[in-house]
Formats: sequence, structure tokens, C-alpha cells
Amino acid sequence: MTTTATTSIVDVQDVSLAFGSVKALQDVSLTLAAGEITALVGDNGAGKSTLVRCISGIHKPQSGTISFEGKPVHFRSPEDAREAGIETVHQNLALVDDLTVWQNLFLNREITRGIGPIRFLDRKAMKEAADRMVSNLAVNVPAVKSKVRRLSGGQRQAVSICRAAGFSSKLVIMDEPTAALGVQETAKVEALILKLRDDGHSVLLISHNFSQVMRLSDQVWVMRAGRCVAGRRTIETTGDEIVSLITGSREK
Amino acid sequence: MNSLGSPRPRKDAAGWQQDVKSIGWWAEHAAIIGLIGLSIVFTSLSPVFLTAGNIQSILVAASILIVLTVGQSFVILSDGIDLSVAATMTLGVIAFGMAYAQGAGLLVSMLAAIAASSVIGILNGVLVAKGRITDFIVTLGTLSVASGLALVLSDGKPISITSIELINFSTHGVLIFGNPFIVAAAVAIIAHVVLFRTRFGTHLFATGGSKEAAQATGISTARIKIAVYTISGVLAGVAAILLVARVGASEPAANTTFLLNSVAAVVLGGVSLTGGRGSIFGPIVGALLLTVLTNGLTLMNVSQFYQPLAVGVVVILAALLSRFQK
Repeated sequence: MTTTATTSIVDVQDVSLAFGSVKALQDVSLTLAAGEITALVGDNGAGKSTLVRCISGIHKPQSGTISFEGKPVHFRSPEDAREAGIETVHQNLALVDDLTVWQNLFLNREITRGIGPIRFLDRKAMKEAADRMVSNLAVNVPAVKSKVRRLSGGQRQAVSICRAAGFSSKLVIMDEPTAALGVQETAKVEALILKLRDDGHSVLLISHNFSQVMRLSDQVWVMRAGRCVAGRRTIETTGDEIVSLITGSREK
Repeated sequence: MNSLGSPRPRKDAAGWQQDVKSIGWWAEHAAIIGLIGLSIVFTSLSPVFLTAGNIQSILVAASILIVLTVGQSFVILSDGIDLSVAATMTLGVIAFGMAYAQGAGLLVSMLAAIAASSVIGILNGVLVAKGRITDFIVTLGTLSVASGLALVLSDGKPISITSIELINFSTHGVLIFGNPFIVAAAVAIIAHVVLFRTRFGTHLFATGGSKEAAQATGISTARIKIAVYTISGVLAGVAAILLVARVGASEPAANTTFLLNSVAAVVLGGVSLTGGRGSIFGPIVGALLLTVLTNGLTLMNVSQFYQPLAVGVVVILAALLSRFQK
């Protein structure tokens, strides 16, 4: 396996997790380098999502360790992971349609003011901050006062990514961020992902789209049947090699 | 190229005119249009309708329904429904009467009413959130439980409550606003602030709009559910106090009209029955509309038997219209 010279932000060591008799993860070890886009590829059921859920605090590994920024972590909930600086962009575009863009950006992280337990929303502060977040990302995010229902799929994904990238997150996990999008929108969201990296975020990208993986990522990890079977620097591999690693026609 | 970027054009005067022509605009403002329309009709048919005295009595008559409707709005906005709301109020009425008959003061009797109703509300919330039973079934069950308890506890007999303070309360007020209406208005204002100016309100809209998205951001939708049913229960207790003050007695009546009208007012008020979209102002206008309807029909000497019929027709029309909401 190819190791990276840069410091790692996430270090997964010998992680295993079984659901009953189904071994979802078996001794998975991999690292995500800080400031890079790391792609995780594999067939359906290979364990990608389960691994991501371990990193983002939804599942707890039964054995092995996950280190974040060099220290072993034991997240009990997604909130723990979020507080540590790990944000997830969900596959199903987890936004509330009938709330505005700024309400979605600040959902469950609302800014309030008031005295003691009596607190009211500071709508002005949130709208202004949302405007800043949106303009920082610079890519095609609509007016923050519009309802999410009115946005296109790409705009929604931009808002989701904006939410994940805000709030000083260190690692942004993206599960199939362009699966529901058309060609042009995919290109724009890809530009957004590259900008995230350029702004200093580390990104973990799950994708079925090999050309996208080759375009965006710095490092690729391949999973098959619950194991991490190979890792490659993207620059040193080809789409064909990745496919053969996924199907198992080539080892290591 | 600008499939992502272009913001929607702002509404100008022409856009507004176009809005008026679209059926969606009518659907969103159904309650207020209906209220104004009915008022015009009744004013032209009855000289009494638009007098200060009649308006005062409409507002007082609407106050109990407004309080129940506010509670129902919280529940429906969270994608639930509280069918037990009227029965819960009846239980509160009986708790009031029993406490009063035992010699407790007014204040303690009021607290007894609110406590009894809150218990049903909390029970609803816990069963829905933790027991994972559909809202409809849970509150249908507690509807029966609460009205059964009310009958058992009161032995089916009314208790008359002769309190000068209560009579003074329900017959006095400020200008044309009777005290019961002032209470209802205060409840409505607090509800509006809670919904639109607090984190809880935003989380309630998120829970009703998309439970999965709310949970993904770490919102405890179970806590929200328990909270909305508890609020509905507490408000049913407040409504029970208003009802006792109005009737001057504690009766184990079924009060089913209040249940139907509270749901009807919420629908008329443009709240989405699947949650996540709506206001407090709309349902209150809906409650006023239903009260005006009853009041106007009474003024015109239409038999009471026609009133449920008229309410039913209005509600179904409103539900049909709401299909066209944007």
C-alpha cells in the first residue's frame, strides 16, 4: 500500500463491526490525509457506508481504533463527531424544504440572544452569517431568504455542502454528493468540492463515479466485502486498475 | 449555464396581480377571504351582525376554540393530530369541578384543570414518541380514556360552580374585548413568538417538514413530539377553565364539536396537514370564521341542526382549496 507523506487527519486501525452474523467491516485500516480529498470506492455492500458511519459517530466499531487528529476517539453520537469537527453531507439531501436557506444552514445551531433560559432567535445575525457563508463558497448558492423547496437539486447540494463546510469543520464526509444531479450541476458541485479542499478542509468522498474519483481525489481506498483491499495515490493509478481492484480481479 | 445561480426575480406589481389570479393565492388566504365574505353576507342579511355587542359576543364565543386551535396547530405543524383535545378539555373541566366541590379555591381548581389535561397531553406525547404508535391511534385512544375518566370521576353528573369572580371574569373586559378573548389572544401571541422566534419553534417546523433531515442535524424529534402534545394538553386545560367560566358548571359533556372545529380551523388556516408549513394567525382566523358562521346562522334563525352541516361543507371546501397551495 502507498503511504502518504502528509499528516493524517483520520487514522482507522483494524476496525471490525458485525451486525449479527454479517461481518460488515473486517480489520479495516486506512488513513485520510489532512487537506486532501480521499475517495472511498467499492461495490454496493462493500462496507463503505458502514465505515463512514463509524467515523461520523453513528456506529461504534466492535474492535480496532479510529483516531482523529492523532488522538483515539470514541464518538457516542453524530453530535460528538460534529463537535470534534466532522460533518457529513447526506446522500438524500437532508434539508427541510419548507425552511429557508439560512434556517437550514443554522438548523440546530441557531444563534440566540436573551437573558438566562429565555432566549430568542437572532434572525438578523443568522441571515448575515448565512450570507457570508454562501458568498465565501462563491459557487452558485441562491439568496439565503428563499425556501429550499424552490431550489434545484444542485443548489440544494450546494447548501448542504455549505452547511457542512461552515462552523469550522475539519473533515467533510460526502456520500454520493452528485448522485441525484445532472451533468452541469455535477460539474458545479465538483468545483465546490475542490474549493473546499483549497480552503483547507479534508474531504472523504464516497462515489460510484470513477471518472469523478479520478478528477477530484488525491488518494483512493478500495473496499471489497467488508475489507479495505487496496490504497492508491490517484495520480499513480488508472480507472481500469480501480475497477479491477473493486471486482477482485486484481489483488493489492 | 445559470441553472444553479440565478436568483428568482423579485415580485413586482405585475407579479402581485398575477398572484391574485392564481388559485394558489386564494388557497393560501382562504380563511381571511372566507371570514370577510361571510361577514359581508351576514351584515347584509342581519342588522344585528355588525354591532359592537354582537362582535363582542363572537369574540368571547370564539375564545375557547382559539385556545384549542392553537394547541392543535402545534401538533399538526409537527405532522401529528390531536383527536383527544376536546375530551382532554372535558377531563380538565371535571378536575376543576371536583377540586372546587372539595372546597379548593379558584386558583387551585384552575391548576387542577391544567394538571389533569397536561397528564393526557404528556401521555399522548410519550406514546407517540417513545411507543412509536401513530398519532391518530394514540389520540383516538386517549379521547376515549379522557372522556371515560370524566364520566367515571363525575359519575355523569354536573357540578354547578357559583363563583362571583368567575362570572365577573367572563362577563367583563376591555372595550369590545371580553376577558376570555383577551386570554385567547395572549395565548395566540405567545404561541406565535414561540413558533417563529425560538429554537424550539424552528425545530418543530423541521420535525414536521422532514423528520429525517431534522434528525440528521441532531434534533431530537421525540422531544419535540412530547412537547407539542404537552402544549396541546396544557392549552386544553386553559380552555377548560374558560369553559367552566362560561357555562358556570362542570359538566361531563362530550364536546365533540370542539374537536371537529379545532381541526377544521387549522385546515382553514392554511396549515399543511402533513406538517412543517403554516402559521398561528391563519388557524385563529379559521376559528373566528367558524364562530362567525355559527353566529350568523343563529342570527338568521336557521335551525341549530344545520350548523354542523354548514361547518362540514366549509371545511371540505377549504381542504379542496388547500390542494392548490404552492
